[in-house]
Order: sequence, then structure tokens, then C-alpha cells
Amino acid sequence: MEHDQFKFIFKMAAVQGGMVDAKDELDIKSEPPSDGFGNSNANDGRLLSSSPGAGTGGTATGNNKPAPGPPEEQQTLLAVLQFLKKSKLAESAEILRREAGLPEDALDPKGTDASGSGPGLAAGSGQVDGVDASSLLSRVTVSSSAAAQAPKKAGEDQPDVSVVLSAYSQQGDPSLYDAYYSGLKRFIESVLDCHRAELSQLFYPLFVHMYLELVYNNNESVAKAFFEKFSGDQECYYEQDLRILSSLTKKEHMKGNETLLDFRTSKFVLRISRDSYQLLKRHLQERQNNQIWNIIQEHLYIDIFDGMPRSKSQIDAMSGSLAGEARREANKAKVFYGLLKEPEIELPLDDEDEEAENEEGKPKKKKPKKDSMGSKSKKQDPNAPLQTRIPLPELKDSDKLDKIMYMKESTKRIRLGSDNLPSICFYTFLNAYQGLTAVDVTDDSSLIAGGFADSTVRVWSVTPKKLRKVKSAADLNLIDKESDDVLERIMDEKTASELKILYGHSGPVYGISFSPDRNYLLSSSEDGTIRLWSLQTFTCLVGYKGHNYPVWDTQFSPYGYYFVSGGHDRVARLWATDHYQPLRIFAGHLADITCTRFHPNSNYVATGSSDRTIRLWDVLNGNCVRIFTGHKGPIHALAFSPNGKFLASGATDGRVLLWDIGHGLMVGELKGHTDTIYSLRFSRDGEILASGSMDNTVRLWDAMKAFDDLETDDFTAATGHIHLQDNSQELLLGTYMTKSTPVLHLHFTRRNLLLAAGAYNP
Amino acid sequence: MAADREERRFAEVSRDSVKLMAESAGLELGDEVAALLAEDVCYRLREAAQSSAQFMRHAKRKKLTVDDFNKALRWSNVEAICGYGAQDAMLFRSVKEGELFFVEDRDINLIELALATNIPKGCAETMVRANVAYLDGKGNVGPQGTVPAAVQSLSDDLLKYYQQITRAILGEDPHLMKVALQDLQSNSKIAALLPYFVYVISGVKSVSHDLEQLNRLLHMVKSLVQNPYLYLGSYVRSLVSSVMYCILEPLAASINPLNDHWTLRDYAALLLSHIFWTHGDLVSGLYRQILLSLQKVLSDPVRPLCSHYGAVVGLHALGWKAVERVLFPHLPAYWANLQAVLDDYSVSNAQVKADGHKVYGAILVAVERLLKMKALSLPQPAEGCSSSQPGCLAGPMGYRVSSPGLSPPPEPLAEAGLGIASHLQAGGAGCQWEEWSPVPLPAMYSELYSFFGDSLAVRFSTEQSFGGFSPCTPSHFRETRKEPLGHVSNPDTTRKMPQLTANLNISPRQDGSPRTDPPPPSLAATGSVRSLARSSMQRSRASSSRSGQRSIGLSRDVFPKARFTSPHSGPPTFSFVIGGRQMGRRCQGRRPFQTIFVPTPPPPVVLPRVYTHKLPVIGRVCKPLRRWTRSHYSLHLPL
Repeated sequence: MEHDQFKFIFKMAAVQGGMVDAKDELDIKSEPPSDGFGNSNANDGRLLSSSPGAGTGGTATGNNKPAPGPPEEQQTLLAVLQFLKKSKLAESAEILRREAGLPEDALDPKGTDASGSGPGLAAGSGQVDGVDASSLLSRVTVSSSAAAQAPKKAGEDQPDVSVVLSAYSQQGDPSLYDAYYSGLKRFIESVLDCHRAELSQLFYPLFVHMYLELVYNNNESVAKAFFEKFSGDQECYYEQDLRILSSLTKKEHMKGNETLLDFRTSKFVLRISRDSYQLLKRHLQERQNNQIWNIIQEHLYIDIFDGMPRSKSQIDAMSGSLAGEARREANKAKVFYGLLKEPEIELPLDDEDEEAENEEGKPKKKKPKKDSMGSKSKKQDPNAPLQTRIPLPELKDSDKLDKIMYMKESTKRIRLGSDNLPSICFYTFLNAYQGLTAVDVTDDSSLIAGGFADSTVRVWSVTPKKLRKVKSAADLNLIDKESDDVLERIMDEKTASELKILYGHSGPVYGISFSPDRNYLLSSSEDGTIRLWSLQTFTCLVGYKGHNYPVWDTQFSPYGYYFVSGGHDRVARLWATDHYQPLRIFAGHLADITCTRFHPNSNYVATGSSDRTIRLWDVLNGNCVRIFTGHKGPIHALAFSPNGKFLASGATDGRVLLWDIGHGLMVGELKGHTDTIYSLRFSRDGEILASGSMDNTVRLWDAMKAFDDLETDDFTAATGHIHLQDNSQELLLGTYMTKSTPVLHLHFTRRNLLLAAGAYNP
Repeated sequence: MAADREERRFAEVSRDSVKLMAESAGLELGDEVAALLAEDVCYRLREAAQSSAQFMRHAKRKKLTVDDFNKALRWSNVEAICGYGAQDAMLFRSVKEGELFFVEDRDINLIELALATNIPKGCAETMVRANVAYLDGKGNVGPQGTVPAAVQSLSDDLLKYYQQITRAILGEDPHLMKVALQDLQSNSKIAALLPYFVYVISGVKSVSHDLEQLNRLLHMVKSLVQNPYLYLGSYVRSLVSSVMYCILEPLAASINPLNDHWTLRDYAALLLSHIFWTHGDLVSGLYRQILLSLQKVLSDPVRPLCSHYGAVVGLHALGWKAVERVLFPHLPAYWANLQAVLDDYSVSNAQVKADGHKVYGAILVAVERLLKMKALSLPQPAEGCSSSQPGCLAGPMGYRVSSPGLSPPPEPLAEAGLGIASHLQAGGAGCQWEEWSPVPLPAMYSELYSFFGDSLAVRFSTEQSFGGFSPCTPSHFRETRKEPLGHVSNPDTTRKMPQLTANLNISPRQDGSPRTDPPPPSLAATGSVRSLARSSMQRSRASSSRSGQRSIGLSRDVFPKARFTSPHSGPPTFSFVIGGRQMGRRCQGRRPFQTIFVPTPPPPVVLPRVYTHKLPVIGRVCKPLRRWTRSHYSLHLPL
């Protein structure tokens, strides 16, 4: 268990520092050894320390390479073997050895010693085997990170096993930390302006790591002084993390602290130009400042690029995430963002007559119709994935009918624009004392569902058509199955009501999603389950278990059948309604997954997280294909543009960011909201972006303009350096206040009327 | 101790508290242990507080509740704290002696509670209510209470209201109609009915034989347009199209010369300008479209004269710029056709010719105002002209009064009924929107003078001193309707009134009573100018040669002649010639028209004086006039 592992690491550090702590040694001996890998972070089963285990991460990404790679990797494998052996997991060790193709004698500690070399080893030679192994591990880590400048594989953003096992070792005099840091600070402040902004990025990760080292090595008072002195220098958007950090003053606290784990398990990524980096390197070498250099080597990943150093504003736009910026390679994979070809469905002709009968006063909208026909006949989008890339369910007759309805409705769609804003219909939940936590509206806007903190899910019909259950099995037997209106006959008229309440969860319902065909409803809850409800019988059909921790969000695929969920366990899972186990596990986020969205073509899934990043995952192979950084707070809203090209995200920082999926770039920033954005939605044709927030407003943004003004030259695309102009005010088309009602959900009807929903909060 | 030195960043549990709690559990703790425990407890509390925040965020609240904290505790394998689940804030009480704070936890007498008679009401059912903010094109939220029909289904009350209103407006009782129109104009809750009313109004095409119904429908338009609570939106287009129908189409009602469709056209033109000035911004390109369709009608020689008349009054109502832009460039081409009509003295042409005179008059009024406004818009208005006497002699409205009996049906034309829709087709294929450049005032004047001769000169100069002519606003509209009698009694104000309507009141007097205003003193002077100008005019001369044929009422010749005589005979003679010549016989016949005329809403268009003179002559040809009674006309009483 993590606990034990900690002890080891601790022990090792003590050995290296020459301060042998008898108590810890005792711990090692008294506690039963166990495998430290499966649930590396589950400290006594506590939620607070949960994180994607190395095992689950590996399943999804295929990160565990069986073949021994470069020497460092082999070292790592040896270390793991060592550990397994020490833990008396002979069988596992044997399997690993076989799979990795390591020689038999690899299990011999002497052999390991021979293969590795370093000062730490000598110090640990008198200790028990476990300590030996740990010290080896630490050395392995150092040596591997020394080579970190070499370009890494795209898939390697997952926490490396060696990094997980690494720890803070005492490497210098605690009293000098202050001097080190202020020395670097002086240096950075003295360099040319163009380099200063870039090198300033170093402050925060260095600060955090130095502080943690101090805390780890029981220098509480020094750490506090250090924190007091330098925490004010950090960028304001790290305030939240700093607050958590400041509460952490004892080594014992570090166990199972999420933030700490995030820092230890992932390298903070910085993008620095080659010139700036050279400058830093020269300075550190001149000063013999090994302490800082080691931290940079061990815990930071510096992504060096050639060319002009970036400006402060450019850096600020992209930073803010828990683990720094995304590596450039992480966003290089090809994404098929185009839409799938819609099946050809012939529109019945009677539609035409209806149009003609339209009374004279109503202006006829011919344009949208023409356009929709035009897009129908279009050839396959070059950016679209293969139609069969992800197997999609066959269209049923009822689906076809619905598609026809949809097409009919879209001919009556209002063409929105900056001079033609949609009217807004607000569905206010009254008397929601139990707490409204999630809302969803069906695509045809006929049903609205609310998830409540009292574990219930309530479904309302917003049309005069009431909700009816299917008759009981006994009654169904009596029905003439050949009759034309059999679908009508199976409904039990006695059960007709406006509202149906679904009971089943045992915790607040945080996520809710209607299936596209309106037959099912998904709900995800704090109780760790996702439930599938039938809207024919209004009963629960399936409970999907797997997350084990609160599930913050879930959503159906636009084609039905699949759904995605994400929660506190930091992984997103892809499910199919007829499988009780997930089909894919998307692991990589460093904190809770707060929201999940399907791409319109159903081939990708976007997840927003408390680690302030957004990731895009390929459903086909589970790979992470995009990492978007730039938000300064947990992300609570995501929306794909209808053409699949763009993504909008909203966070607790009150900003909406726009992303170009194909290029993997931030393309816009919409400032205006003053509180968390809980809902984002593009209009049906993508002209307007609506955002709903905790600040009780709905804001409408000119999405057309935001995306039209883009010029993505090759340079920008290659380097990822963005220049955002601050044109939020131009793009903001309107702000509409509610009466003390946070806006939890937004939805555009098929005719482009905007629906919003929230609970009145007096 | 470390704890003592630490600044108070976070809430802390003191060592003493820990010791106390330990004691209550029967344990004895050392100072050091207590300090360590206290510190750890503090940290765990902070940790739990931080993790509870995410439950708050996901519950989409701003307030951290006990429930959130309990969830955080639960997921950290700590037992939840029971008993504090209430949503209300907890009350802390302090005990001064011990500096102790505690949550108040009063004893509850269960027996009392159980036997209490005031049973509290249960929580109200959770429900969903829809509120709609209707945004107009500019993103403004519509005023409270407006509900577009698209969203609101008609309630029974509304439906009943709709039926009652339409029945009243189209029914027999004029008083009821008045009330209904008044309500339509001020009711704030009829937004949902707007499409229905618009639909009813679009029925003008089906009642084109019934002047009265047309008139009522137009009044309905006016009421809707004036209702401040209605957002017409794209319905403006439909309303305009209905109004345009009344202005331009050769209505079935105009087949009968007795029908006063001219008044209807004038009223509709007025309404059009009103709609345009108040709601024109709702539909982009509306002005252009209207101008285009008017231009199309005007340039179509096949259309009957009453359509042309409608186009001219329509342009006039839209303002002098519209006249300058459309009518003026078309005038040379159009004049030839009109001339032909006017110069045909055959008996069979009498009706058409009468119509022609109407058009002539309308054009004259329109171009006069154009000249006037053009002159006023110049930095230095011609001072000399302003001294001229107002042309109060003109009886501008008389033409309309007499017209019903006088206008014969236009000869049936194959292409006449192109249908209303053709008017509003943007950029109609037939008439392009030609490039237009303003003509300087002198050039314009001389060109117009070549058409109208002296009649133009008089009217132009007389109204020089008047202020900017505003298109008829509704208020003006109402005002003038109420005031005509006042004008009659006060000739002086009449003369100074900038509105052309002022002239209207005088004309009947002029015709029917000896109390006619004195002729303009400066007439002689202007007359000389005119005669000079006239010499350049081929047309005038030609027509004057035929002046002998009085028997048929050669309107055109009468004027030049009258004008010629005026310089010689002096002002009194002039009035005599005009009034007296026709007075003797026509007096009776005109009576009804006078009475009709007063209540009729005056259009912005003013009939040229010239035209008035001819009316009796034309009227003579057409006898049935006498059959008209007041009651017929009273149907057109405006509200």
C-alpha cells in the first residue's frame, strides 16, 4: 500500500541524508510488505488520496512497454522486480521478469547493484533489502530525469513509475534554501525583459518543490518562513494551490495529500525558448547551484523551443494548470474532428404544403432549408473519421422518424447572428429545497430532467403530452399486438402525469443525460454509480459500478449506445449501455474529472478537470490526443461547436476559453462572467455561444466572429504560441440576468430558441 | 511551543481542547501528545474543509453546508457528524465566563410538539416554471407582458376577445367599432393575437369591392401600429403589404365612380408613411422596397390612373426625398401619358380624364412640397419669394370630395392586377433602382415649371415661409382632424399654418360661400412672372388655344384662362371667375361633398388649387352626384 511505500521512500531519504530514524525503521519491519503499485495512492482506502493507479492507467493507454527499452527503463524494471521480491510477491515478480525479458539473475540484488552505480548505494549497503531497492530507485529516477531533455514519446504524459516512487531527498542545507531561491530570483529579475517573463515560470514549481522538500525533511519552521517570504511572489492564479500548500506543514500531512501527489507524480511542464534556457543553465552552472538544478532535473520538464521568447501575456494565457502547460508533442496527434455523414433520409413531401400554407404574415425561411439540403449532399468531410471507425448503432425506424422531425424543425430554424439574438426561455425550478444539482433537456426539448441532492431524479414533461408508463406485463398480454396503434395501447393512461420521480441513488445526483432517442436517462451520483433509467417504464434498468467514488458527470453519445462518465477517481470511463463494465478507461488527469462531453462525431470525448486542464480522448484507442491548458480554475462546462471544429470551456475563473481542436490551440478568451460557468451551449448552427453561470446571468457571445477572425498560420500551429486579442466586449452580444437563479443548463431548441434552467435560490 | 508561535492562519483546536476531549473519553494525555494531536486534528480539518468544497461546487451552490462537510468526512472514512443537517445557519451562543461558544441546542418538548394543533404545512412541491425573455433583433429584452404568439398558446379569453374585436370592427355599429379600435390601440395583452389580426388585415384583397370594409381594415392597421405594447417585428412587412394594396391596386370598388376610393388611397398613404416612420426600422430595406414598388407602378403606363394616383400620394406621404428620388425623375416620361389623357376631350374619356386630373393634382402637390423643402434645406432660402401671398385660394381637398361621383371606372387593363405581392418583391426585375443624383433646385424648378407653369409658381412661392414640413405624424393627424372648423373661422391662422391641411378647410368655403378669402394681394405681381414663364411653355399655349370649348368642362383650358385673366381683372375678379362661374349650378351638388369632407381625415396631400376649379366642370358631365346622401359618407367617419 501507499503507506508502506512511503515508509520505504522515507527510509531511503533518511539513509541518504545520514539521519537514520529508528522509528521509521521499525515501521518498515513491523508492517507487512505489500505491493506498492496497484493502488499506489489509496491510503487506508481514503478518498482524499485516491488517484489513478499505475495499473489502470496502463490499461487504457498501453503505456507499459513489455520490452526492455533504453538502460534507464531497464533500471526501473529491475527496481520494480527488486521491490516485488522484497515484498515476497514471487509470482508477480516472475511474471514481470518473464514479460520484460529480463535475465534470471536480475532478481539477484547483487546483480542489480552491479548494473547500477552511485553514491547512494554505498550508504544503503548496510540496510535491509528494501532500503537497498529504494535507494536504487531514487538513483534510477535521477539518472532518467537527467536525460529528460531528450524528446519523449507522446504517450508519456502519464505518471512514470519511477517518478511515482521518487521522493524528496535531503540535498542541501535547509537554511540555504532561502538564499538559493532569492539568488535565482535576483538573477531572473536582472535578465533582459524578453527572458524574464519566460524564466519567471520557474518560480512557482521551484517554490512548491523547495517548500515540500523543506516540509518533508522536518524543517517546519524554515518551511514556514520560506512560504511567508516567497508565496507573495507567485502568480495569483495559483492562490488556490498555495492555500492548500500552506496548510501542509508536517511530513505526516504529505501522506495522501492530493496536491502533493500531483506534484510528485507529474513533472511540471514549462515551455522556454532555447535562449532563455541557455541563460538559466549558464547561471546555475556558474553558481554551482545544484539544489535548484536538481529540482529542475527531477521535477520539471522543460520543453525547449527555438525562436523568440514568449511574452508575459502569451505565457499567462497558457499557464495556470496544476502541472504547467501541455507538452507540445501532446497536441500533435491527428484529430478527426469532422462530422460523420448523416444517413440519407428522404423528407416526405407533405412538408412543402405545410410551408405554403404558412400564413402570409410569417416570413418564409428558405435559406436554412437550402443550406441543410446542401450539407446533406456534401461529400465526406476530409477531416471526418471513417464512418465505421467507431461502431455505431443501427438506426431504428423510430430514429428515422425522429430525424425527419428534426429536419422539418430545422427548416423553421431561426438564423441567429449578432443582430438576431434568440429569445430565452428560462425553466425555473421552484421549491427545490433539496438542492438542484444537474439538469438536462432532451434534444427535441420535450422533457426536462433534474438531478437533486436528495438522490432523486425528476423528469418533467414541458409539453402538454403527459408522461405515461408502459402497462404491466399482465396487462400487456391482453393487448392486440396486430393493431395499428399498439404503441399507444401499451401505455397506461392511469399513470399519466407531468412529473415522474426516479428513486434509486443513495447520494446527490451530479450528472444527468437523456439518450438521443428519449428512451433512456442516465444519472451519475455521489454514491459512485451511474444508473440507466427507462423512460418507458420509469424504472432503473442498470447500475454501472466502477468509479467507486463520486461520479461528477455523465453524458450519452450523440448516437446513443455509448456514454462517458468521469468522477473523483480522476479517470473517465467509456461505457456501452449493454456492458456492465467500461469499454475504455481514460486516465491521465491529475485531479477530479468534473465534466465530460462527447464530440459530435462520437469518436472523441472531452473531459474537464479540477487540475485545470481539458483533455481530449480518442474513443477508438483510449489515447489522450489533446491537452488544453489555460484555465485558472476547475473546469465545469464544455461544449463542442456543431461543426466539431471547436471546443468551448468554462471554469470557476469565470472565463470561457475557445479551442481549435484540429490545431490544438487556444483561439479565444471570453471574459465577462463573475462566477463559475456551469453551462455552455452553441446554437444549432454555431453562430452564437451561450454561457450560463453562477453569477445568475446568461451571456450570449458572437461565436461566428470569434472563429472567423482566426488566422492560424503554420508558425502558430507549430509552436503553439498564441496571440489573443482582448475582444471580449466586442464578442459579448448580451447579458441577461435572472432573479437570483444560477444558470445550470442551457439548450438550444431545434428552432434555435434558447432554453435555460436553474433553481430559484432565494 | 510551535503552536504558540504559529500565526493564526487557520482555525485551530487547542491542546486544552484535545486534553478535555481525551479526559471525557477516559484517557490521560501528555502535553506533547496533546500538542501533536491538536496539530494533526487541525490539519485534518483543513483537509476535510478543502475537499468538502468540491461537493459544494458540484452541487452548484455558493454556500458550504454541513452536508458537504459530512460527505468529505465520509469519503475520508471518518464518521459523519449527525444532527446538523438543517439548511439554516447555526446559532452560536457564547458563555462569557468561560469564553466558550457553543451551538444552541434547545430541548424540545415532544409531547407538546405531538399535540400541537398548528400543524405546519409541508414543503411545496418542486416544480418547473417557464419564463421567457423575448429578445428583439438588437438583443433587448422585450417589455414585460409581451408574448409572441409562437410561444403562447391562445387562451379562451384571448380568443373571445379576438372574435369580439373583429366582429365589432367589421360589423355595423360605428360606435362599437370606435370602441373596439380604441381598445386595440391601447390593449397591452394582445401580442399573442397579432398574427391573427395581421391575417385578418391581409384580407383586404378579398374585400376590394367594399370600400367600407377596406376602410375599417385600414383603421385596424392604424390601431395596431399605434399600440405601444405591440412589437410588430416582421409583421410590419405584412401590414405594409396590405396597406400598399389599398394605395396602389385598382380596387374593385373604384369601378363605381361613386365610390370614394381616392379618400381610401389618401388615408392608406398616410398610414403607410406612419408605419414607415414609426416601425420602419423593424424590417431592413423596407423603405427601398416600398419606393421600388411605387416606382414600378408609376412607370407602368398600363396601370390605371388610380394606381398612379396611389403611387404619387404614397411617395408624397413618404416625404419629399422620396418624391425627389422617384417621382421627379419619372415625371418627364409620365407627363406625356398624363398629357394625352388630359388633352382628350371626347365624352367617352371624361371619366379617365377626371382621374387624370386627380393624378395631376397629386403630382403638383408633391412637387410643390419637394421644391419648398428643397428650398428650405438650402442654406439661404430665397427671400423674395417668401413675401408672396399664400395660395389660400386653392381648395385642395375638394377634389376628393367630388371624386366618387366623378371618376369613371378605368378601362379594364389586362396587367392591372399584378397582385399585391409584386409590390414588395425586392429589386423587382421590371424596374431597376437607377443611380440617382440630386438635381439642383433651380434646374428642378425650371423643369417642373415647364410642366406645371404658373400653378406651380404660385404655390411654391406662397408656402415659402413655412417651416419644415414634417411627414404627417399620428398626432398631427388627429389634431387636424379635430380642428378643421377652427381653421375656417380664422382665415389668418389658416394662412400661416404650415400644414397643407389648412388649405383644405378653405376650399369648401371658397366654393360654396361668398365669404371667400380675399385674393392674394400680390397676385398681380406673381401673375406677371407667370406670364413670362408661361411663354416658354408649349403645352400651355396649346391648351389655351382650345379654351373655347367650355361645354365639356375643359378643365385644363379653364385654368390658363383664369390665370390669364387674373392679372388684368385683379384679385377680386380672380376669385369671382373661379368661384362664381361654377357656383351657380354646382352649389347644390357640392354640398354633400363639403359635409363629407370635413370629417374625412385629411391626407398630407393637398390638391392643387388648379384642380379644384375644374371639378365642377367635370362634375357636370356626371349627373348621379345628387343621389348621394350624407349617410353614405358617414360610413367613412373616422373615429
